[in-house]
Amino acid sequence: MEPTSATMPIPVDWYLYLSAVLFLIGAVGVLTRRNLFIILFSIELMMNAVNLNLVGFSRFHEDMLGHNFVLFTMAIAAAEAAVGLAIAVALFRNRQTLMVDLFTRMKG
Amino acid sequence: MEGYIWLIPVLPLAAFVITLLFGKWWIKEHAHWLPILAMAGSFGLSLAAFVQIRGAEEPVVVELWRWFSVGSFQVPLGMQVDQLSSVMLLVVSGVGLVIFIYSKGYMHGDTGYYRFYAYMSLFAFSMLMLVLANNYLLLYFGWEAVGLCSYYLIGYYYHKPEAAAAGKKAFIVNRVGDFGFGLGVMLVFVTFGTLDYLKVFELAEAGAVAETTLIGITLLLFMGAMGKSAQFPLHVWLPDAMEGPTPVSALIHAATMVTAGVYMVARSAVLFASAPGVLLVVGGIGTFTAIFAAVIGICQKDIKRVLAYSTVSQLGYMFMALGVGAWAIAIFHLVTHAFFKALLFLGAGSVIHALGGEQNMDKMGGLRKRIPATYYTLVAGALALSGIFPFAGFWSKDDILGAVWRDGKYLLWAVGLVAAFITAFYTFRMIFLTFFGKSRLDEDTEHHVHESPWSMLVPLIVLAVASTLGGFLGLPGKLGLIQHFLEPVFAPADHILGLHEYSLAASDYVLMVVSVIVAMLGIVLAWYMYVRRVDLPLKVGARLQPAYRVVYNKFYVDEFYAATFVRVAVDGSTWVWHRFDEAVIDGAAHGLARLWQVLGHAGRRLQTGKVQHYLLGIFVGLFVIVTVVVFR
Repeated sequence: MEPTSATMPIPVDWYLYLSAVLFLIGAVGVLTRRNLFIILFSIELMMNAVNLNLVGFSRFHEDMLGHNFVLFTMAIAAAEAAVGLAIAVALFRNRQTLMVDLFTRMKG
Repeated sequence: MEGYIWLIPVLPLAAFVITLLFGKWWIKEHAHWLPILAMAGSFGLSLAAFVQIRGAEEPVVVELWRWFSVGSFQVPLGMQVDQLSSVMLLVVSGVGLVIFIYSKGYMHGDTGYYRFYAYMSLFAFSMLMLVLANNYLLLYFGWEAVGLCSYYLIGYYYHKPEAAAAGKKAFIVNRVGDFGFGLGVMLVFVTFGTLDYLKVFELAEAGAVAETTLIGITLLLFMGAMGKSAQFPLHVWLPDAMEGPTPVSALIHAATMVTAGVYMVARSAVLFASAPGVLLVVGGIGTFTAIFAAVIGICQKDIKRVLAYSTVSQLGYMFMALGVGAWAIAIFHLVTHAFFKALLFLGAGSVIHALGGEQNMDKMGGLRKRIPATYYTLVAGALALSGIFPFAGFWSKDDILGAVWRDGKYLLWAVGLVAAFITAFYTFRMIFLTFFGKSRLDEDTEHHVHESPWSMLVPLIVLAVASTLGGFLGLPGKLGLIQHFLEPVFAPADHILGLHEYSLAASDYVLMVVSVIVAMLGIVLAWYMYVRRVDLPLKVGARLQPAYRVVYNKFYVDEFYAATFVRVAVDGSTWVWHRFDEAVIDGAAHGLARLWQVLGHAGRRLQTGKVQHYLLGIFVGLFVIVTVVVFR
């Protein structure tokens, strides 16, 4: 199978590279940042990297199933973002901060 | 008879269960009714059994169900009624009934009233099981159960440290004897392959067993009897057992439980008769105990302790009789002793009751006119114990001495006669110190002296009549009703020993006269020392200071045990406690705990509580897995 086609001017590799870079940025953000909001954004970034991956392959295979997947994922992600933000608000009300390294109650 | 035998022990058992369950909240101060009724029922049924078994050649055996069934080890829960157990049934339920009634007055108002009656009922059940058993294991059950009840009841006033210690002592000393008894029962099973009395005796009679084995069995069994019947050197628990309430002393530590050893030896008469050497040991220990305890009894100040040593001494007489093969006479003395010793204890209880708990005879005196009913009944008991014609003790004790004489054991006879003299002396010393002379009461008690209630006096009178007339059950020679009655039980043993019925000879009358004279001398001496010349006891005591001190301290037997066995046990246990329990067992447990603690300390570093650290772990792990899967 050719890397490029009439329906796909940009080769699928580039989608994958971009997706991988976005995912890594997101992962590093989750691991290193202390602010809960930034972490949530980073998670969003990782999710969208995956979405991009799916869309890219969908186009490559000329199969709309990938699109369906992505639409579902986005809907769920919206709900998840709402829940995540609600948790962030509740946490802030409790602790007056969103710096996750201060949330150490689980420490053994 | 087969139909109702099981009811005899079960009635008190039912009374025990109900009283224990409902006594505290519901029955309370009415707790005496049920046990007394149950006891009366048992007594009635025992009477019926007695009438039916009279003259029967074969014992009646009822097997209720199989208790143990392991291979060839078959033990039924069976009951055997023959003449011997029927006599014991009558003594236990009869004297028990009288003492139950007495306790209503004596224990009145006690906080543990229901508890007292519950344990007394349990004791009655255990004792009746003991005498009804048809095999050695069931006998052992009853044997241990009466020991347990004895422990409960000695420690009845558990808030008193002495009472708690006395209960413990009784239990532990009995354990020494029971150790031997348990081994004896095992040896019986190993030797005969069964524990049923009838089969065991049949085999032993047929001479199927070597004499050395029989010697081993009988010695071990007798060890149990020594513990339970307080024979030297295991006698030390009985005087301390006087810490229990007086009715307990009367029922358990005078009339019934302590005679279990005598009953057991008499029951195993065939075995003992087949090992004559052991019979000699039995007679020797019995005789020694008889005089040993009697001597200690002279110097005791506590009225109940005098009686306790007297009980030890009288049990010695019973073993003396068993030692010469006079089984029926031993049982006869057991019966009369149950009457007069229960009477003496209950009478002493009545005195103690009248004085509001005072037991020291140095603080009594002059009570003759103030509690006359107690006085007269107690004197009847004292005359019976001293062996004065025609009171019960005369017939039975004289029968024993006569049997010893006929057997040619003149040394035992002489010692027994001296013991009889001492018995009369200490008994009347007690009477004179309590009822005669000037009052030595405390100011407070002086005003409160009162005669006991009817519920206490009626039992005293009943027992006084029994102690006075009971001796005519066992007139010597061919006239003896009880000897004749028991003949079917003891005939095989007598046959082995070659004993025959004897006719009274002139020498028997001489012996009787001698023993009465000796007893009279004892009484006169007591009268002279404690009524006529009250200064004399102190002078004699001062003159014989070292001897007096030794006797007063009970020959230092307790001290000897404390310095040897107890010390070894305590020191050894302390050593094991520190060196093994603390070092090894605790060390292992603590070491294990310490190990997990160290591991935990190391492991807790991983749990930083920061989500991102965990996430890092997840990512690294994922990376590793993916790498492995992809590049494998």
